[in-house]
Amino acid sequence: MQYMLIFQSPLAEFSSRSDPAIAAANMAAWGVYIGALHGAGLVVNGHGLLPPQMGTTVRVRGGKRLVQDGPFADAKEHLGGYFVIEAPSLDVALDWAEKAPSALTGSVEVRPVMPPHPGLGAPAAH
Amino acid sequence: MPSTAASPAEQAAIRVARSAYGRILAYLAYKFRDIAAAEDALAEAFASALTTWPQTGVPDSPEAWLMTAARRNLLQMQRHAKVEHDPAALILLADDNTAAPELPAIPDVRLKLLFACAHPAIDASVRTALMLQTVLGIDAAKIAAAFLVTPGAMAQRLVRAKTKIRLAGISFEEPEARDLPERLHAVLEAIYAAFGLAWDEHPGRGASDSLSDEAIYLADLVASMMPAQAEPAGLLALTLLCDARKAARYAANADSSLRFVPLHQQDTALWDKARIDQANRILWHAASLHQPGPFQLEAAIQSAHCQRLYTGSVPWHSIALLYEQLLHIAPTLGARVGHAVALGESSGPEAALAALQAVADHPEAAAYAPYWAARAHWLAQQGSTLAAIANYRTAQRLHTGQAEREYLQGRINLLLNK
Repeated sequence: MQYMLIFQSPLAEFSSRSDPAIAAANMAAWGVYIGALHGAGLVVNGHGLLPPQMGTTVRVRGGKRLVQDGPFADAKEHLGGYFVIEAPSLDVALDWAEKAPSALTGSVEVRPVMPPHPGLGAPAAH
Repeated sequence: MPSTAASPAEQAAIRVARSAYGRILAYLAYKFRDIAAAEDALAEAFASALTTWPQTGVPDSPEAWLMTAARRNLLQMQRHAKVEHDPAALILLADDNTAAPELPAIPDVRLKLLFACAHPAIDASVRTALMLQTVLGIDAAKIAAAFLVTPGAMAQRLVRAKTKIRLAGISFEEPEARDLPERLHAVLEAIYAAFGLAWDEHPGRGASDSLSDEAIYLADLVASMMPAQAEPAGLLALTLLCDARKAARYAANADSSLRFVPLHQQDTALWDKARIDQANRILWHAASLHQPGPFQLEAAIQSAHCQRLYTGSVPWHSIALLYEQLLHIAPTLGARVGHAVALGESSGPEAALAALQAVADHPEAAAYAPYWAARAHWLAQQGSTLAAIANYRTAQRLHTGQAEREYLQGRINLLLNK
């Protein structure tokens, strides 16, 4: 079945991307991880995201569009990227989540992807 | 599952239910990857057994009969699209017309079910209840009573956990070697929690009277299915040693109310010697595997307490040393208080009070009755009577059991009359 690996990092980590030394080490760690994930043939799709400060939030309240600079301000961790992978069980997905660089400083949430037929639940692994 | 016996058919159903329920359910849940659907199908099979067997007689292999009926029910649910289209289920159900498998042909996959129930992705607070329901077939209302929550709340928790196992793809496979110690510990913890529920239950309330037997049954199951692992045997020995002293924990007063009897004052003649011997043999076997762990150490401590049966005295110095080892691997609040008490018995009140002082900043110490009772006891031994009374009163306030509260009142009265 398919799982989304949701990579969350503390805000400070996004800021440190501007430090060339840290950015290089960061890129290297992610490069190894992404290579391994692709090498295992598990990747369905995935993307990394620019820092949350580059985000813009939209809400509609009372029919009025409210646009705000940046993400939800109070969150300790922010979405940095995701992969959707095909894995035979939660345990396999958790093993890959554990290997992600953001597991060390932030967190990786593992969520089953909604199956193609809404309302029928997920097809079981076998 | 039926709970009261009457006709021979019902008795046969009950006899087979205990071991068969978990075996069949585990097999169907494992093959089908849907615990809730397997439970529904098996419950229906038990219901039809109760109407069919009185007429046709109890089948030669009741387990195989129930398995066949449950599989047929799953097939019907499939036809009515109540369950998902699942190739694994189709394979399982395809040979529905062939002869039912004989007993040895149904592989015992209860261990896989236990590992799924105690998976780290399942909240620790629901693991014990999930095991009791799926592997032993205990109904949700009874489990709810043992956990002191409403049946509705318990049912909701169980449904949520089963849905998560199904939709999140939690594996029914036994964990890999790397994860085994941690995953096995989670299984054993959940079983021990079931035993603890029965242990904390106060006599007469009755909701979990048989829960200690069920926990021992599960510990025995894991120990026999994983003979190369020492900790399941350790847990089995621990539960047997505690259970062996059950009859001596409370004594009847003149008005037939019950009086709490502390371990070191229990009448050893009321202890179940055969059970203690059995537990000690199991513990020896566990020790011979050279895989030390918290359950074996807890069992060794209880075994040491039971030595009073043979020698007439408690080896407090050995108990203090065992607690020290336990604190290295599992420094729980209970173990730290136990250690302090053993130190007091072997080295005097100052040692006990110093160890208890070190526990004081534990976040749960303030609400832990045994901590206050231990402080009170050793303060009294030291001669600090007023402080001892105050500490006994705190312990009394925190205890929920009537018999325990009365015991503490007795201690207070002794100090007041000094």
